[in-house]
Amino acid sequence: MNVLKREIMPLKNSNDVVLARQKVRQWSIGLRFSLVDQTKLVTAASELARNALDHGKGGEMTMEELSNGARTGLRLIFEDSGPGIPDIEQALSDGFTSGSGMGLGLGGSKRLVNEFSIESEVGKGTKVTVVRWR
Amino acid sequence: MNELAEIVSKNEEKIRAEWIRDMAKSTLRADLMGKDELQEQCRVLLSNVITGIKTSGPADLSAAGWTPAREFLQDISVSRARLGFSPAEVATFVLSLKQPLFAALRRDVKGNQDQLFDMVWTATEMLDRLALITTEAFMAAREELISRQQQELLELSTPVVKLWDGILALPIIGTLDSARTQVVMESLLQTVVATNSKFAIIDITGVPTVDTLVAQHLLKTITAARLMGAECIISGVRPQIAQTIVHLGINLEDVVTKAKLSDAFALALQRSGRKVVRETSAPVSPISSLFAKRED
Amino acid sequence: MERIPVLRMGSLLLITIQVDMHDKLALQLQDDVTQRISEWGSTGVLIDISSLEIVDSFIGRMLANIAAMSRVLGADTVVVGMQPAVAITLVELGMSLPGVRTALSVEAGMELLFGATSPTQSGLGDERSQA
Repeated sequence: MNVLKREIMPLKNSNDVVLARQKVRQWSIGLRFSLVDQTKLVTAASELARNALDHGKGGEMTMEELSNGARTGLRLIFEDSGPGIPDIEQALSDGFTSGSGMGLGLGGSKRLVNEFSIESEVGKGTKVTVVRWR
Repeated sequence: MNELAEIVSKNEEKIRAEWIRDMAKSTLRADLMGKDELQEQCRVLLSNVITGIKTSGPADLSAAGWTPAREFLQDISVSRARLGFSPAEVATFVLSLKQPLFAALRRDVKGNQDQLFDMVWTATEMLDRLALITTEAFMAAREELISRQQQELLELSTPVVKLWDGILALPIIGTLDSARTQVVMESLLQTVVATNSKFAIIDITGVPTVDTLVAQHLLKTITAARLMGAECIISGVRPQIAQTIVHLGINLEDVVTKAKLSDAFALALQRSGRKVVRETSAPVSPISSLFAKRED
Repeated sequence: MERIPVLRMGSLLLITIQVDMHDKLALQLQDDVTQRISEWGSTGVLIDISSLEIVDSFIGRMLANIAAMSRVLGADTVVVGMQPAVAITLVELGMSLPGVRTALSVEAGMELLFGATSPTQSGLGDERSQA
């Protein structure tokens, strides 16, 4: 597996979340993802970037263009040094209700991507990695 | 194995000539490839093999020195497949290099039988692995073709039909798995927007089984359509399907379902404020006018 | 400070979202809508999201909130023009926005709200035009 391109973006304020969405959109267009796949990835990025900002008190997003033989993909890594998630299982299974509901959006984001992994330590921070293949 | 490299490279011309001569005696498939092209392929392959042995040794085919040979073999696998060669024929092309190669070894190896045997063994392992590369390349290309055709088939098998202004029908034939659901959703929703249709009738007469997964896929489609402002009606619910749905405890409370497509169509017409009216005047039958008395 | 404009057409509030909203902008919109409904006594709110290419859970909740708050204030809300890719993604995310009415277009949305295409003709009865 090769990383063809990498870029890191800060997630320090809500404007950064917008910029992050736009960057992910740009890169996925460049990789010629279908419109639906683009939308899914950008939406997942928005959820995870917002988490890093709101729950994680700020962090950064790393974008990597991947090549695995014939396949190309986009990997996004969201890292923060916030309070961490005490119960990952529960966070992943938290559904959303439409109006209220405090789910972290992790379960939903997981369904929008092909690969999803999360590491978190209370008091240290959280790292979420997602990949969407073309 | 420096001796192997030496012997092979010293005998390159001779090996190649014998190789080509042997091939002429057996099935060459001259109908698929001309003599010149065949000879050129022999020349390039043999030269790449020699490079490989000299640079990286005969054992590790993943090493850099073998890259030209690997790439060449992948290329000819694809090109020969296109010409109509079978994978066995392509592999045989590589394996047929064994005889002239072993002949050269037998002539030139200085030393005893054991040494000759070792070198023949090394050479045979190397050529077997090279032949396998061609088979793998062949299969990879086949799989890519199949997956492309599957995609096309998926797209072709979910037509969206306009029944009336603002009313679409989507007959689904065959199993509804998650890949198909994606295609169905995209196709349906795009047509909804393009035709500004408020109603979409999803007919599942042709869906053999409806289990919880299929129901979930249907529900996703219905929810997505609803988010856009269109309503879905499910039709073609067979008695067994109805039983399965109740049995599995699938909740279709918010979904309108009809047994027949015609019922669903009638409902959609009604909900969009339309009525079908039969003309009340007696139609003149063309037959009866033939027997009408001529007014003389 | 930039905000999403809220336009008034008779008893209808018309909001067209065309920018990629950051969270503060979304919260500001929620505020503005509730203010205006009170101020102008609007009975209908139409939110046009046909230009929105991304609706994540935050924006989804915003739409649901606006619908809920407006209802408390006596107004109905319709969200129109959701793009197919957005709808597919929202469903995958797990959001179905149950309390939110939707329509395919601004015209369809107005018809839903007022039973007619003009918001100043509210209550024209149920005569649906033979279209």
